[in-house]
Amino acid sequence: MKLLTSLKIMLGAAPQRPTSYTPEALAMQEAKRLVKGPERAKEIKAAHAEHSSHKWRNIRWATLIMVNMIFVLSFRFDVQLVEGALTASRVIGFHFADLNSAIQVMLAYKVILINLVIGTGTVLFMWWLLGGRTFCSWTCPYHLLAEIAEKIHLALAKRKMVVDYPLHRGSRTVLYVVFALLAFVSGYTVFESISPTGIVSRALIYGPGLAMIWVLGLLAYEIIFIRRMWCRYICPIGLTYGFVGAVSPTRVTYNMENCLHEGDCRKVCLVPHVLECTKKTYADDVNIAIGADCTRCGLCIDACPTGSLKFEIKGLSKLL
Amino acid sequence: MTEQNAPPKAGPAPLPNNKTRRQIMRSIAMGGAVIGASLFGFFPVLRKWTPRLRPPGAIDETEFLAACIKCGQCVQVCPVRAIRLGDLDEGFGVGVPYIPAREQACDFSCDAVQCVLACPTGALSHTISKREEVRMGLARLDRPNACLARKGEGYKGAARPAPFKGVHRYAEIDRWKPVKLAEYKYDLEVCDLCVRECPVPNAISMEPVSNDPADKRRTPVVHQACVGCGMCEMICPTEAASIVVDIRRKWGDA
Repeated sequence: MKLLTSLKIMLGAAPQRPTSYTPEALAMQEAKRLVKGPERAKEIKAAHAEHSSHKWRNIRWATLIMVNMIFVLSFRFDVQLVEGALTASRVIGFHFADLNSAIQVMLAYKVILINLVIGTGTVLFMWWLLGGRTFCSWTCPYHLLAEIAEKIHLALAKRKMVVDYPLHRGSRTVLYVVFALLAFVSGYTVFESISPTGIVSRALIYGPGLAMIWVLGLLAYEIIFIRRMWCRYICPIGLTYGFVGAVSPTRVTYNMENCLHEGDCRKVCLVPHVLECTKKTYADDVNIAIGADCTRCGLCIDACPTGSLKFEIKGLSKLL
Repeated sequence: MTEQNAPPKAGPAPLPNNKTRRQIMRSIAMGGAVIGASLFGFFPVLRKWTPRLRPPGAIDETEFLAACIKCGQCVQVCPVRAIRLGDLDEGFGVGVPYIPAREQACDFSCDAVQCVLACPTGALSHTISKREEVRMGLARLDRPNACLARKGEGYKGAARPAPFKGVHRYAEIDRWKPVKLAEYKYDLEVCDLCVRECPVPNAISMEPVSNDPADKRRTPVVHQACVGCGMCEMICPTEAASIVVDIRRKWGDA
């Protein structure tokens, strides 16, 4: 049931306030309710005083750049450590294939390709371990560009020069189905021709071309009109990996105890609907695992002044 | 009864309703725009705006575009960097490999069709293991009147002088080190570059034009063994090339 709710929210449903709570959660809600105005203000001030961190963002950006640079340098200096691009590659001889690209190819070509199945299997296992949409925020080069565009958007929005026009999150689900059907019916990998992930990855490795105009257009649109449009409302790759992430052991968890419910985490999040539980009375338990759509980017962990959000590997904390 | 109670409550409601309606309309517009943008890829493909010579082993064009995962592994293994990736103007061919034969042909100096081995999807068919089995197209003497051999003329100097960047691996120099065509000088009594540098046995030959032994004129004749690699097109010293590869043409086709 929990998994189903998480998938439903990922597909576009609005998160609901829970109808029932565990006794522990109720007790903690009650205990927190007793902390009144000035005392709470003091708590918030104290929490913020010693908090300012970009730890996970820095680690993540470094990882993202490094992964992409391995592709670039491996080709430039002909090391043959990693061959190919993000859509498919060979890592020290092992086939790796991007899950979504492989699905597109198989839908369009209508042949089960053994190399692709092997490659996808390797990648599926890796991303299952690391947490599904971890691909997005830790590897996808477009994600980094979009993050920079988002910063510009927010800076302009602060000066009231632009306004975000959010879309319905269900768009991505609809587009996912449409692109799958298009690939199957037309026999062309339609999505691949506009996928900024593939385009940017190839541009980095093989040199940029006209296709980068499309990517820059997208970024400009995100800056002026819709915050993080591609990653939030369109990209089928995100949804594909979201399904993997729904069952993966690496995840962000929320602990209600010290949370001041200010919503700093939701402000920085790419997919704020997964952090709905951090709203007051929206968590049905004391500890909550963040849903499938989470990209494990760690921005919320950096933003949280009280340490209520943490990375966790399922089962490992019990073992230790 | 309940219906009568309802209207006064409906007063402030339209605001959020309008907001969601606008959001849905925006979402539909955006979805339509993205799908529309993706469908632009049909134009270059169906109209055949950019016919491309595909790498060795490429399956039928339509299937090739579908099966290719656009990773460029074939690009990376090619020792003469003959393979390039398609750009936006090729529609669904974005990121799909091709060989610009006149700029840099495939000279098969890798021996074992490396690009085919590198392909993770079989878009470059794995049934091919030898250069002789490849069928990319067929060479054809396109401008017989420009052909130096047909005029009985010799050729001196680099086949493609600088700034031409294309390379070729000459077995007699160092078969592992490609040499720039612009740096390799020829001195030929009668030009036979297309035959001389053809990497496939019995694919092309020089035949006399007349029975007169004193007549120096020769004509290049393409045979069934031709695989369409484009080496002759690259090395042809006339500008534009006198001999070209017809993409995907098979022996016996018109």
